[in-house]
Amino acid sequence: MSCQLAADNVLYANGLYRLVYDLVGTILPCWLSYVIAGLVMIFVLVNAVLLGAAVITWAERRLLGRFQNRVGPNRWGPFGLFQPLADLLKLLTKEDLTPDGADKPVFALVPILMVAPLVMMTAVIPFAENTSLAALNVGVLYILAVSSITSIAIFMAGWSSNNRYAMFGAARSVAVLISYEVPVVLSLLGVVMVAASMSLGSIVEAQVLPFFLVQPLAFFVFMAGMSAELNRSPFDVAEAESEIIAGYHTEYSGVKFALIQAAEFGGVGVVSAIAATLFLGGWSGPWSEYLGWLWFLIKTGAIVFLFIWFRATYPRLRIDQIMAVSWKFLLPLSLVNLAAVTLEVFLLRGPEGVLTTGDLGIMAVINVVVTVVAIWVFGNLIRDRVKFQARQPSDVVVPGVTTIEVH
Amino acid sequence: MTIRTEPMTVNVGPQHPSTHGVFRVRITFDGEDIVEVEPVFGYLHRGTEKLAEERNYVQVVTLTDRLDYTSSMINNQAYCIAVERLLGVEPPPRAKYLRTLTAELQRIAAHLIAVGFFVQELGAFGTPLMYAFRSRERILELFEMLCGARITVSYMRPGGVFADAPREFWPALDRFLEDFEVEFAEMEQLLLENEILMIRTRGVSPIPPEVAVNNSVSGPVLRASGVNWDWRKQDPYDAYDQVEFDVPVGSHWDNYDRFWVRIQEVHQSLRIIRQCIEQIEPGPARLELPLVLRPDPGREAYGRVEASKGELAFYLVSDGGIAPYRCKIRSPSLINLTIIEELLVGWKLADMIVSLGSIDINMGEVDR
Repeated sequence: MSCQLAADNVLYANGLYRLVYDLVGTILPCWLSYVIAGLVMIFVLVNAVLLGAAVITWAERRLLGRFQNRVGPNRWGPFGLFQPLADLLKLLTKEDLTPDGADKPVFALVPILMVAPLVMMTAVIPFAENTSLAALNVGVLYILAVSSITSIAIFMAGWSSNNRYAMFGAARSVAVLISYEVPVVLSLLGVVMVAASMSLGSIVEAQVLPFFLVQPLAFFVFMAGMSAELNRSPFDVAEAESEIIAGYHTEYSGVKFALIQAAEFGGVGVVSAIAATLFLGGWSGPWSEYLGWLWFLIKTGAIVFLFIWFRATYPRLRIDQIMAVSWKFLLPLSLVNLAAVTLEVFLLRGPEGVLTTGDLGIMAVINVVVTVVAIWVFGNLIRDRVKFQARQPSDVVVPGVTTIEVH
Repeated sequence: MTIRTEPMTVNVGPQHPSTHGVFRVRITFDGEDIVEVEPVFGYLHRGTEKLAEERNYVQVVTLTDRLDYTSSMINNQAYCIAVERLLGVEPPPRAKYLRTLTAELQRIAAHLIAVGFFVQELGAFGTPLMYAFRSRERILELFEMLCGARITVSYMRPGGVFADAPREFWPALDRFLEDFEVEFAEMEQLLLENEILMIRTRGVSPIPPEVAVNNSVSGPVLRASGVNWDWRKQDPYDAYDQVEFDVPVGSHWDNYDRFWVRIQEVHQSLRIIRQCIEQIEPGPARLELPLVLRPDPGREAYGRVEASKGELAFYLVSDGGIAPYRCKIRSPSLINLTIIEELLVGWKLADMIVSLGSIDINMGEVDR
């Protein structure tokens, strides 16, 4: 007995899924092999996210060390590669504390709710040609919707912890997440418009010229917005350790803390993968039918490196300044990008509504200019609000002592 | 429908990543804005003043190391000047220059910590702090050559310094000065004009000169408030009347100026160190004094220096015994902390940490 997966099924495009489905389908009923193949894929994705998180924690600590004239962890394994494993073992053996007065079910649910959306997001990412688990035709929308679950989890953490620092972190985080969702969504609209599709696979195929060249402004807004959504420097107010200890996860320890950390660093990996797919051309590159996964990993790694570089460099903004950056700087920029791209697509596309490589090249040239001008104009606009007058040196006379001349 | 809101009181410290030790402050917040501030001291009280009455004059030097443990040399200096005034003696010129030189090295080290942590509290994860510590480490190595200790140096003695600098100290100092130019320029390039640092600190928590003077504030905090006041100029001690340097004064009175004044003072300290190296001449590094000092009964002395955080002074009273009858410490950190209300109320939680960093308190000195 052999089962046949319908060609219009969203899972059809995935070769691994079909392989498992066909193998299991030879001995088991079709509905059961459907479920088992799904579980196998979920197993792969969960491990990909958690392993990615482990590698990124290692990379971050090593790279921060290099940025800061330190060595970083280098004791266990080659180049300290097993350090995340040691950290995990330590956290697993720690006592799993729940504070008095905490809302226990909510408190316990948070780590799961933090990791789950990340794994769900990976379902639509094409790691190489035809490898996304579900070739959803609304992939971008799905990613945006699923990623918003994180903000609820963070607020649950802050609220249930019964800790004022956690509450501060949660309130800040929700404010930031809600503000930055808007410019990010608007910046992705331009991408969707040029690719004429919301499916991530089609967006990759549409990138004969990578979209970070075609729409540098959208890439800029997306990266800034995602830094904020991931609570990463310079927008890391939600867990600003010098101000509010650890923010929303102050009270978490042991396994729960490990999961939250995994979600945080896994988030960097998943968002970098999405950025690589949407703006850097994903798996496309020379010999992409064989080496697609390598191009994808290299591009994702480049974006992860960018995030780590931000963290090593920038001080943190204040919460009101973060809001100002979102609403007064990134939002206008994303609107400028949207307007420019709309006009260009309207004027350049051929009679069948298709953009050629030449059209993309023209768009890239125009949009680079638009980007420089827009960032300069809006940058100066929000900068001019903060101007300070130097006061005169004081003429305060301290009784009993003669003043000396000012140097 | 109206939503009821109420202020929230938060205990910041004594265990908190950025209260510089065990400082505790009860803050009432309205959202993120600070409404009320109530500092609580005493978590690091070790009774230094009382301990000083139980030890002889030379032993007390080791206690002063532990006051502001980021600037031990300058603490030693203040105490030794007080004892010398109590005895009515004057150290030899070489000792004076050595003291000036080490005090300025210590000032650089302390300002590096202040600036590094200030930027760390702004949220720059580690990088500027590590840059600062890289250079500070070199200074501590120099101290190790001088006296075998890095932090708690006890290098100075009443009547001079513990021992003359070893021969290999001088080339090492030259190498340090050469490297430090480059390292500090790197750090300045990273920080001074940093856009985020500017918008976070410009105009935040200004302290008007009147308020600063009325609260007896001293040191970089006072100078950032636009008051040109430096005890090294006003009441020169050791070799400070022999060297040339400028006093940087702030013009905006805000957090950025407090940061900027420290950066500029590092440059002035380097100038002083260079002049000391030029002017220093061979000779004894310590006055021959009896092992156990017995100042005349009834004498009092006030030794005052410009420490890295402000005016540090020791007031000593002698009853003719081998230990001070009374040792009062005027610590700059404690008195600079008295402006905490003007500094914090009305600003946000994030500014609070930065403002506390900008006055650069050290709990070892506040609680004594």
